[in-house]
Amino acid sequence: MDIKKIDIKQYYKDQRRTEWRTDIRKTMKTKERVAMTRTKMLEQDPEIRNKNGLEVNLGLTEQLAMQEARRCIDCPDPTCISGCPVNIYIPKFIKKIEIGDFLGAAKIIKETNSLPAVCGRVCPQEKQCEAQCFYSIKLNQPPVAIGFLERFAADYEQNSGQMATPEVAESNGIKVAAIGSGPASLAWATDMARMGYDVTVFEALHEIGGVLKYGIPDFRLPNSVVDVEINNVKAMGVKFVTNFIVGKTASIEVLRERGFEAFFVASGAGLPRFMNIPGENFNGIFSSNEFLTRVNLMGAAKDDYDTPVSLGKNIAVIGGGNTAMDSVRISKRLGADRAMIIYRRTREEMPARLEEVEHALDEGIEFMNLNSPVEYIADANGRVKEMVLQKMELGEPDDSGRRRPIPIEGSEYKVPVDVVIVAVGVSPNPLIPKSVKGLETTKWGTIVVNDDFQSSIEDIFAGGDIVRGGATVILAMGDGRDAATGMDKYIQNKIKK
Amino acid sequence: MNKIISKEFFSENVFKMVIHAPDIAQSRKPGNFVIIKMGKKGERIPLTIAGANTDEGTIDLVVQIVGVTSHKLSKLNVGDTITDIAGPLGEATHIEKVGTVLAAGGGVGTAPLLPIVEAFKKAGNRVITVLAARNKDLLILEDQIRENSDEVIIMTDDGSYGTKGLVTHGMEEVIKREKIDLSIIIGPAIMMKFAALTTKKYNIKTLASLNTIMVDGTGMCGACRITVGGKTKFVCVDGPEFDAHQVDFDEMMMRLSAYKEDEAVAYENHIASLT
Ligand SMILES: Cc1cc2nc3c(=O)[nH]c(=O)nc-3n(C[C@H](O)[C@H](O)[C@H](O)COP(=O)(O)OP(=O)(O)OC[C@H]3O[C@@H](n4cnc5c(N)ncnc54)[C@H](O)[C@@H]3O)c2cc1C
Ligand code: FES
Repeated sequence: MDIKKIDIKQYYKDQRRTEWRTDIRKTMKTKERVAMTRTKMLEQDPEIRNKNGLEVNLGLTEQLAMQEARRCIDCPDPTCISGCPVNIYIPKFIKKIEIGDFLGAAKIIKETNSLPAVCGRVCPQEKQCEAQCFYSIKLNQPPVAIGFLERFAADYEQNSGQMATPEVAESNGIKVAAIGSGPASLAWATDMARMGYDVTVFEALHEIGGVLKYGIPDFRLPNSVVDVEINNVKAMGVKFVTNFIVGKTASIEVLRERGFEAFFVASGAGLPRFMNIPGENFNGIFSSNEFLTRVNLMGAAKDDYDTPVSLGKNIAVIGGGNTAMDSVRISKRLGADRAMIIYRRTREEMPARLEEVEHALDEGIEFMNLNSPVEYIADANGRVKEMVLQKMELGEPDDSGRRRPIPIEGSEYKVPVDVVIVAVGVSPNPLIPKSVKGLETTKWGTIVVNDDFQSSIEDIFAGGDIVRGGATVILAMGDGRDAATGMDKYIQNKIKK
Repeated sequence: MNKIISKEFFSENVFKMVIHAPDIAQSRKPGNFVIIKMGKKGERIPLTIAGANTDEGTIDLVVQIVGVTSHKLSKLNVGDTITDIAGPLGEATHIEKVGTVLAAGGGVGTAPLLPIVEAFKKAGNRVITVLAARNKDLLILEDQIRENSDEVIIMTDDGSYGTKGLVTHGMEEVIKREKIDLSIIIGPAIMMKFAALTTKKYNIKTLASLNTIMVDGTGMCGACRITVGGKTKFVCVDGPEFDAHQVDFDEMMMRLSAYKEDEAVAYENHIASLT
């Protein structure tokens, strides 16, 4: 591990000394670079976008991107890279943007990240690369907009018609399979195909993409963007089988008999949690998963699609994560007069991406922080009409390091609602752990893996949310890549024996 | 894409389809269901597997036309394909030799009941089946049920066939006559509610197979949730069978009505669009 670190540091140094990088650094003084202000993302007007389903962020123009790229001082010790779970070579791609070689920039990102157009849109950059940027840690100034630039390069490539399909090694004829088709699986499949494996991805739903399709809405991550990335994976020869629930349609056992040498379980954390409070099963109360699936995957809000969804004037979303923000912003777009976030802590503790919270506020979402529902009340037909909220205050920090919310006795009050969306977290999908004997899991139901992402059963690897519990797209992808390396090692060792 | 091998109407609104789905045919067990979806804009609906043929790689679905999707399905013909079928889903029925089994099927509930009756009979149980329907024309699968039961009692609301009366009358007649070790009920929620009350009176262990609203069918959304013994359960993964005496049928009926108005409008529009 240490040796790898030294090597990589040396590599960064050598790369930084290459002529084109040295030249570009000389074009502007560092002082001038740091005097520039951070570029603002172009976005749709909040009062217009909260009534349509189009993407909120419009991306940077070439000129804005090059301007932002100039802010990066190309540090000798690029700390930003250490903040990125897949270690994108950040300064190098940014400098490519500065010289106007946008396709070159995209190519560098894709060396370590197979879904840049996705990550540029949904990564919590403020907690990762941008948190480790020189500007953040040394100057206490807004960091270089690494996320905006990543998205810019990826979009430029998508729109150029010159998408580079990664080269694949000559086929080795060895069959391997993934279970689930979310970001962990897509990253794994890309690497396995690159190494020449015969890759099949099994997906339970009728669509490929996991949360990227059924969870994250189009106004944040258009399905068309995800499809371009998926088609790229398909172009590498990866086969996708939809409507195939491993453990139900066929077991891993049967798939072994069909010649698969190893498996990557990337089945996600798709199980919704409820709060188990009185009245939670009334009509009009959904899990965020149900609401998002109906709207994003099944087209429920569109007239010509068959799936229905309950809408209303007063919509409350319980929770403070990305899922809650997505649900509440969709509700607003579908015509809610009052779209509320009910969160038991304060804005500081919200796990959602900072940009999403800000966007939600701009769009007129009402934040009712330090509140938690304790009961729902329905009309005679069983349709929810009111929620009883209890006020909270913050106490000492809990295990997560965030201050623990404490209910204030006697503070209960009623708020009228027509729809409630419960977004208080998800649990790991139990299907695979339940159907594979001897697969070791934690008490939370996540699959236990070693450093190679190998489970207690040697031909089964796992990564993403099924290993971490609800996490992020980029962490899932990082797992997928590491699992591919681990699986290759396992298979090659087995062949040698 | 799954090809339709045959199609047969049992009554004006109930039909059977045999569909090519080899993996599902191989893996399915009594009690399992599938989720189907037609076309890009279709909805996902659950349908119980009424039977399968592993040699031919086919499954049987028995469907009652109640809304847009079942109507669209009824219009497909032999040779056409269904865009998406996923399954087999749900926990399989726990089949064992218990002694005497009293099975009760109401309306189209007889279809999912058939493979269960068949399995209990094969396991060496004495099986008595009560079939109930509004009238003679709506009674389905009588011959197949007879082949797999020691005795069959038919009840119709209007007396057009068998005995006039409700399913509970037929059940009670049997219960009073002989010792029942297990009862299994499948049908409309209201029928299951009263059938469960009947067996509860006599302390007979009873299983009900529930058919709630579903979206994914894999435990991902909670649309199918109900209360069993005071706890929330997901019918698609924890069920579809539960201890009938613990199920809150009133809540289930309330939840089934969630989209009643939307569905009625959608169905009218759909029918209007065809004419
Ligand atoms: C609404 C929402 C918003 C989010 N926003 C962000 C964000 O802005 N930024 C961010 O970084 N993260 C975000 N996340 C989290 C992120 O999406 C997840 O961490 C990530 O998708 C996990 O990837 P995965 O590949 O592990 O699993 P998933 O994407 O969950 O994919 C798992 C797939 O496996 C399939 N599957 C399950 N069991 C089986 C089986 N037995 N057989 C076959 N297939 C099976 C499922 O159907 C699913 O398609 C968000 C999540 C949600 C729900
Ligand atoms: S149908 Fe979605 S959880 Fe059961």
